[in-house]
Amino acid sequence: MVVYGVALLSLCLLLGTYLGNVLGYLMGIDANVGGVGIAMLLLIILSNLSSKKFAMKPMTESGIHFWSAMYIPIVVAMAAKQNVVAALSSGWLAVIAGVAAVLVSFALVPVITRIGSSSSNATSAKES
Amino acid sequence: MGFSMLEEILAKNGVVTAFLFVGIVVWCSYRLSGTLTKGRLHGSAIAITLGLVLAFIGGKITGGSNGIADFTLLGGVAILGGAMFRDFAIVATAFGADMETIKKAGVLGGVSVILGVVISFVVGAIVAVAFGFTDAVSITTIGAGAATYIVGPVTGTALGASSDVIALSVAAGLVKSVLVMVGTPLVAPLIGLNNPRSAMVYGGLMGTTSGVAGGLAATDPKLVPYGAMTATFYTGAGCLLAPSVLFIIVRAITG
Repeated sequence: MVVYGVALLSLCLLLGTYLGNVLGYLMGIDANVGGVGIAMLLLIILSNLSSKKFAMKPMTESGIHFWSAMYIPIVVAMAAKQNVVAALSSGWLAVIAGVAAVLVSFALVPVITRIGSSSSNATSAKES
Repeated sequence: MGFSMLEEILAKNGVVTAFLFVGIVVWCSYRLSGTLTKGRLHGSAIAITLGLVLAFIGGKITGGSNGIADFTLLGGVAILGGAMFRDFAIVATAFGADMETIKKAGVLGGVSVILGVVISFVVGAIVAVAFGFTDAVSITTIGAGAATYIVGPVTGTALGASSDVIALSVAAGLVKSVLVMVGTPLVAPLIGLNNPRSAMVYGGLMGTTSGVAGGLAATDPKLVPYGAMTATFYTGAGCLLAPSVLFIIVRAITG
């Protein structure tokens, strides 16, 4: 049943959001810390478990695949409801701060990826 | 009568109308991608950019803060594009993601989240100082805004910053998220953003969930779960670090 997949997805998101809020509470901040990330991990773990113990039926999977495929359209809707006017019209400080933060972060992606891969290569070399 | 009846139906069935609206935007974008750029600029990148342009037009005409969704007819776009559906769809993309890759790059992802918060914060703080801010609270709030537009106001409220400084911090975060959405597909080849590992680092460094979500969707949808997973920890880390450790450091420097 398609709805089983959708329900499983809902369960993961609700549980993840709850755990994220608990995590935020424990850290003393009123925010959801990584709730969606936790939900994603739950779904990955559940889908890996089920492949061994109880195979998920293709119909169940299609309930999840549908929402996965709706992701880009939803992001388009998200883009269409952003406050772009405020982002562009509140002066140079906001624009420069935003642009500079993005450029520096972009530049660091290859640097950190490389650091990580060289250290993991080193450990795997040691192991071998 | 016919028109007002149609209007009423569209407005009443908000989310359904939003599905139609987004479908049309995506269809036009893929046509544009094929005819104008011969597929070089991906259809989804055009669709997201078009969404932002429409949001700008909507905001200009209505004077509201929800982009195109401030038109009564398109109110459903705010629901379809809101945090609930966005998170639901992001989680769905994780289905089929490779557990081993995540385990291997987990530590790297964590490091990049913290580094990402600190770096964006420092850049934002430097810009704030360059624009003449001297008090620790304002500098910290604007620095936090350069992390994400949620970290900015959370920090500003916690520290008691003035409302115009909080507004500036939100704007800085918005600029960041818009630029990440539009810029990611363009810089992806330059920064090696073509595997799950670099996607996790990228998500951790950028941190804006909407920016990363849009940027990766337009670059390579297969990378979405990896980037989105680390990005969702960013705002939490920012809310934790900015009003505490980072504020104390800024206060120590400014005296």
